[in-house]
Amino acid sequence: MSIVDDAKQAAQGLMMGAMQKLVPLAPDSWIPGGVPDPLIARKHGLIGTPVSRLDGALKVKGAAGFAAEYRFENMAYAALVYAPIARGRVAAIDSAAAEAAPGVALVMTHLNAPRMKNMPVFGSSPNAVGPHNLPVLQDDRIHWNGQPVACVLAETQEQADHAASLLKVTYDAEPSTTTVAGAVANGTEQAMFFGQPLRNDVGDAEALLAKAPVKVDQTYRTPRHNHNPIEPHAATIAWVEDGLVIHDASQMVSQQAESIGAVFGLAADKVRLTSPYVGGGFGSKGLWDHQVIGAAAAKLAGRPVRITLSREGVYRTVGGRTLTEQRVAIGAQQDGTFDAIVHTGLSVMTPHNNMPEPFILGTRCTYAARSFALKVEVARMNMLANTFMRAPGEAVGTFALEVAVDELAVELGIDPVELRILNEPDKDPLSGVPFSSRHIVTAWRQGAARFGWAGRDPRAGVRREGEWLVGTGCATGTYPYYRMPGAEARITLTRDGDAVRAQVEVAAAEMGMGTSTTTAIVAAERLGLPIEQVEVGYGDSAIPGAIMAGGSQQTAAIGAAVIAAHNALVADLLKLAGNDSPLAGLSADEVGSIDGGLASRTDPARRESYASILSRAQRGSVSVTKAGSMPLELMHWSMHSHSAIFCEVRVNAVTGELRVSRLLGSFDCGRILNPRTAASQFRGGMIMGLGMALMEETQFDERNGRIMNPSLAEYHLPVHMDVPEIEVLWTDIPDPHTPMGAHGIGEIGITGVAAAVANAVWHATGKRVRELPITLDKLL
Amino acid sequence: MSIVVNGLAVAPPGDPRVSLLDHLRETLHLTGTKKGCNQGACGACTVLVDGERILSCLALAVQYDGRDITTIEGLAEGDALHPLQAAFIEHDGFQCGYCTPGQICSAIGMAAEAKRGVPSHVSADLGGAVTLTREEVQERMSGNLCRCGAHNGIIDAILETVA
Repeated sequence: MSIVDDAKQAAQGLMMGAMQKLVPLAPDSWIPGGVPDPLIARKHGLIGTPVSRLDGALKVKGAAGFAAEYRFENMAYAALVYAPIARGRVAAIDSAAAEAAPGVALVMTHLNAPRMKNMPVFGSSPNAVGPHNLPVLQDDRIHWNGQPVACVLAETQEQADHAASLLKVTYDAEPSTTTVAGAVANGTEQAMFFGQPLRNDVGDAEALLAKAPVKVDQTYRTPRHNHNPIEPHAATIAWVEDGLVIHDASQMVSQQAESIGAVFGLAADKVRLTSPYVGGGFGSKGLWDHQVIGAAAAKLAGRPVRITLSREGVYRTVGGRTLTEQRVAIGAQQDGTFDAIVHTGLSVMTPHNNMPEPFILGTRCTYAARSFALKVEVARMNMLANTFMRAPGEAVGTFALEVAVDELAVELGIDPVELRILNEPDKDPLSGVPFSSRHIVTAWRQGAARFGWAGRDPRAGVRREGEWLVGTGCATGTYPYYRMPGAEARITLTRDGDAVRAQVEVAAAEMGMGTSTTTAIVAAERLGLPIEQVEVGYGDSAIPGAIMAGGSQQTAAIGAAVIAAHNALVADLLKLAGNDSPLAGLSADEVGSIDGGLASRTDPARRESYASILSRAQRGSVSVTKAGSMPLELMHWSMHSHSAIFCEVRVNAVTGELRVSRLLGSFDCGRILNPRTAASQFRGGMIMGLGMALMEETQFDERNGRIMNPSLAEYHLPVHMDVPEIEVLWTDIPDPHTPMGAHGIGEIGITGVAAAVANAVWHATGKRVRELPITLDKLL
Repeated sequence: MSIVVNGLAVAPPGDPRVSLLDHLRETLHLTGTKKGCNQGACGACTVLVDGERILSCLALAVQYDGRDITTIEGLAEGDALHPLQAAFIEHDGFQCGYCTPGQICSAIGMAAEAKRGVPSHVSADLGGAVTLTREEVQERMSGNLCRCGAHNGIIDAILETVA
């Protein structure tokens, strides 16, 4: 990060700090969510009933169009060449053979690429989503092993790939830092996350830990991970007149359009980025070098470009989750209450990005304790910029914390479920603000009952079925409720005879979470229309506002924007209704949407249909666009999703083979809007947690900074045979302070799972594994 | 020379390097078949050749002269989905939908293999008839990766229809 960016972050941090002092003191009614969303009280509608995803038929027919499936006339195909050194410079490029190869339209390197600005790095402005602040093909510098140094365009992919193999690039390597030890030796620094230090001190935790009668103090390690969506990153790009059109795979459509526009000096309205279907993202489907290179090559060649990363290309140029080394120490009284929680450690990032893995976030809100010492430090390494991956922070942080709690439960001789419930906080343990909605104890009780936890023999290594040792374990997961500013919604009602159709447009992304379906459900309920009369538009930067499918916040952000737009729509409709309407004299606060029209909240007989209002006003349609309220609720309440994870494992006493035979997630995430797609989100997160526990690791060659397993053959994901039938249940208790009473559910599923598996492995074998993944070599 | 794709005869590519997958996607614009890894590790490109499942990324298109290829686009009869396609929707056997065409084609090929008595790693009897239990289906479908984690729904949909 540059000094300028640090200063900007510091300024943002100061303002956040001031807000955080004032907002908690304000009356509830001043805060968004202070008055419950009226939809929370509606019990007999679409919300909460299972609805199949509306784009299902398109997807099972293979008819949903992904980024690499759009076509432009005269389109060329791109292939990239990647540097094999961690740091240094390009000494020479011999492109003669590549340029002479059949079908080649362009060989682009730093020598001939158009002049471009650096990508605006994440956090440097509200819509900046660049992964790093490095020049892209603007000079001869190499910053990571795998950095693209050349792009070849040809008539076909085969021709481009072959020509790329003919490029002769020589390099001058320079000293680099590619080991953790070397990075630490260069110096560590306090990690900053969204402008604030990842550090909390309450009381003297080290002193209380030293005096505690019972304690654990251990180091836990988690490796690098890659997102591995099955759709590789791709973009189909054309310059049209003086603007840029990109069919992309994006989970941040408007932000990505604005950021790539900044690279080429284009105003936001000169970039049109669409992304209606995204083949999985998990944090990775954002702006990376390939879209910039593709757009630059299209400009230089004067023709449209398709750039599809090979699977290896994804590993070389799209960052994943970075490694962590975490110390967790917990000191407790004999009765099990916590005196001290220490959670500190190291995360590794690069000189050109600012994304420490914030593994203490979950520890800030999970347990009550008399003292806390939480701190993340970073060291910098010459490698590809790491980034957000599903539940950044919590996914790996809960592994360390929740294994430590299990170890403490063993020391204390207290059941691990009971120990967690015993240390349940009654307010936010650090800030002291009240929880908006926290029913984790209910989730624990329901989960334990369903799993059959009662009567569990706490001893390790005593259950054997033939060759197989059997054990059970549990852990809690947590993920914050977020709602980012910037979301807008446009609602357009169009008269169709005696009925109306509604179009609800949000600049949101759909990666399969079910967002488009859930948005239709919620909009239909809010507008009082059947879902068949509601159409949802999304995945297009031409739609106003900016919404990110990240931080599990998209549904809340859309929800608040639709509330604001609906309020404005009601006000506009009342004006159009005029004095001849049964609604005459009522204010917007006094009416609601029901049965295809507006009605008085106190006298439902006073009503008029939308079609009638529009017809009398001689209007074919009415349209409003509004932004959601500022998300001050996040400072007024402590807001989180919670889970209780239970699992059973079988470990082969001869081979060390580990199988997860049962897995159950009991969730407390507010009201569940669409049980069908929500269950899939929970299971999907839990299965990624299984992968973390059992097999996932991006192997990094510390000699040269090269990723050694850049393929789906060598980076192992859970396959059908690894995944048991997963039970999911939820409290379904609405949060009175959020739109629809809902919480985000996209990331909570992964948290806690790796710890639950590790704890079950201990119960089966007596072996405590503190380093992921739990491969069989660690069990022999 | 011609390849038959979903009942229509099409010309093979002029460039012998073109994989069957790229021929389907880039020349014939049948983009329902997906490219996930281009090295036979993910199963997203699975299609049926004379009823058998293959990985089309590892197949050169010119080798399929005279062969009968069915892709995801060839399964539905007009608006009427193949029962397995309908079951995938009903059981929410996908999220992003990118691995889905490969899962569906693979499952149809897998069911035919089981009917022919082809054993799997988990079959107790290597010579007998195959009963497609949940475990058998899980084992036989393990070459088709899903990252969204729709595994339970995929297996449920297969067990309900083609198994």
